[in-house]
Amino acid sequence: MPEDLGKMSELSPEDREKLTLTGLEVEMKNREGSFFQVDQEIRQWTSLNEGIEVLPIHEALRKYDWLSAYSWNLVKGDKDQYTKYVADQPEPRGFVIIARKGSKTIYPLQACLFLARSPVQHVHNIIIAEEGAELHIISGCASASYTKTGSHIGVTEFYVGKGARVTSTMIHNWGEEISVFPRSAARVEEDGVFISNYVCMQPVRKVQMAPFVELAGRNAVALFSSIVVCTPGSNMDLGSVARLTAEGSSAELVTRAITTGGTIISRGMIEGVSRHTKGHIECRGLILRDGVIHAIPEIKGNVVDTELSHEAAVGKIARDEIEYLMSRGLDEDVATATIIRGFLDVKIAGLPNALQAQIDAAIDAAERSGF
Amino acid sequence: MLEIEDLHVKIGDREVLHDIDLTIREGETHVLMGPNGSGKTTLLRAIMGFSGLEVTKGTIRFKGKDITGMPIHERAKMGIGMLFQRPPTVSGLKLGKLLAVTSGDRAGMVSEYARFLHMDGFMDRAINLGFSGGEIKRSEVLQLMVQQPDFVMLDEPESGVDLENITLIGNAIARLLEKDVHIVNRKKSGLVITHTGYILDYLDADFGHVMCDGVFRCHGNPREILKVIKTSGYKECLACQKI
Ligand SMILES: Nc1ncnc2c1ncn2[C@@H]1O[C@H](COP(=O)(O)OP(=O)(O)OP(=O)(O)O)[C@@H](O)[C@H]1O
Ligand SMILES: [Mg+2]
Repeated sequence: MPEDLGKMSELSPEDREKLTLTGLEVEMKNREGSFFQVDQEIRQWTSLNEGIEVLPIHEALRKYDWLSAYSWNLVKGDKDQYTKYVADQPEPRGFVIIARKGSKTIYPLQACLFLARSPVQHVHNIIIAEEGAELHIISGCASASYTKTGSHIGVTEFYVGKGARVTSTMIHNWGEEISVFPRSAARVEEDGVFISNYVCMQPVRKVQMAPFVELAGRNAVALFSSIVVCTPGSNMDLGSVARLTAEGSSAELVTRAITTGGTIISRGMIEGVSRHTKGHIECRGLILRDGVIHAIPEIKGNVVDTELSHEAAVGKIARDEIEYLMSRGLDEDVATATIIRGFLDVKIAGLPNALQAQIDAAIDAAERSGF
Repeated sequence: MLEIEDLHVKIGDREVLHDIDLTIREGETHVLMGPNGSGKTTLLRAIMGFSGLEVTKGTIRFKGKDITGMPIHERAKMGIGMLFQRPPTVSGLKLGKLLAVTSGDRAGMVSEYARFLHMDGFMDRAINLGFSGGEIKRSEVLQLMVQQPDFVMLDEPESGVDLENITLIGNAIARLLEKDVHIVNRKKSGLVITHTGYILDYLDADFGHVMCDGVFRCHGNPREILKVIKTSGYKECLACQKI
């Protein structure tokens, strides 16, 4: 085992626990690579897979001339004030992962972004999966237990090559006064598959993001899933945008949102630009205590033979479902929690077991704390 | 086991059950018959303690204890179980997960019961979501087998079930009601709603009751009652002055 992994074990037990909840394996069990950044300091990076390279972005840009064409390409630097802030940094930080042609990961690579003492953490990541590569990434983002305020701005560009499969699972565990602005975009080539999952079960001041995916090659597929619990004082503005540019491409955007007092805006937009394309948006929300769930699904078809649909439902747990479980001997609280757990239980097709288990564990932790 | 005295139940502004008296002793199985809308399901729901109805008068005693105002799960814990005529769909919640939560120290038996009821392929399915009529009933019986109530209420267990599956469900229910145990030692009791009587081939019911418009019109031998209903319908019960 690479010795520099010790860096992650330097954290306080409390912070290690926080990171573990975001899916980070401090011991690197079931992981094929890792990247660890605290504030703007890159502490450690490694890949155990020969076909896959993990590098800090500044080193990667120095090492590979061709990489600059991939930088600030899918996400434009002048998109908004946040991307501008990151683009203007003289010393960019973040990671580059290159999965060479035909390489395969069985276990995910982990990226850990930890906000400790800086008021702002900014990262710029580039992920390239070459033809036929299979790459699984889990990014855990958290703030130190003693960090009360701060912002995290993360720009990520995903390149999913021909026939490549990329899954990206992001689990957030911030603090009540932390604001987070992920800016990501992906381009998926012919027969490529991009699966993106977002899980946030813990308080956060504000998260605002609308990752964009372009299905640029024939039969490309994108699947976005968001599973969030929004606590009082939290504000989550989440959306995904998919453009079905190539024939035969498809996208599905799935959201399960629970508010216990916070505000969730769940946006989704699918645009069918080419023929034989399919898109579906599904947003289901549960209001457990007074809070806001505002679902804004949008679909736009531009040609014959694009099939787009959306369904959204916001409500409460039906009384008869709770009583049904009570009649099997569960008290009201357990019956309610069991139903909520089921509501959040989205099984994501194509996700490796280790990552599904990680998502399940994050939800379990929220269930234990009574949502 | 169960003693109901002078029970009156209202749904909304309407009194649906009037003046119900019913005693079911340990080891007995009773059958409840009556036309659609007469109040059979409402009686079971009142015994289980569901909301949406109001007991305006009378008492329900179970194992000697007044349970009239008791929460549903406490009644379940005391040993009351119910097979639903139309259970709700709990989308997202897997059948296997529910059974894991409810099985307690019977966790080891779940897979055997599931195989017995040919439900082993349903553990990862959301409860009742897209289940066929017969599958819903098998899922209900499975949940009861895991629960092992002392007093089993069955609301039309055989309706919508094909002949082969009636045998399966009938045998499972017979197990639930300890029909294999000699009557002297039998502890489990049941209250079964049926329109067809097919399920009685497996249960050997002891008493029958006919409910019309929220009151009992007849008590007696379940087979005799069924015969009358089959030949002349419920109008015979309505005209009957015996009670
Ligand atoms: N939630 C409700 N709101 C209004 N009326 C109700 C409600 N539930 C039951 N009822 C009414 O109470 C009466 C008794 O219904 P119940 O379901 O007990 O009948 P049942 O004897 O079980 O009939 P079936 O044989 O058709 O199952 C019916 O007239 C029914 O419409
Ligand atoms: Mg009924």
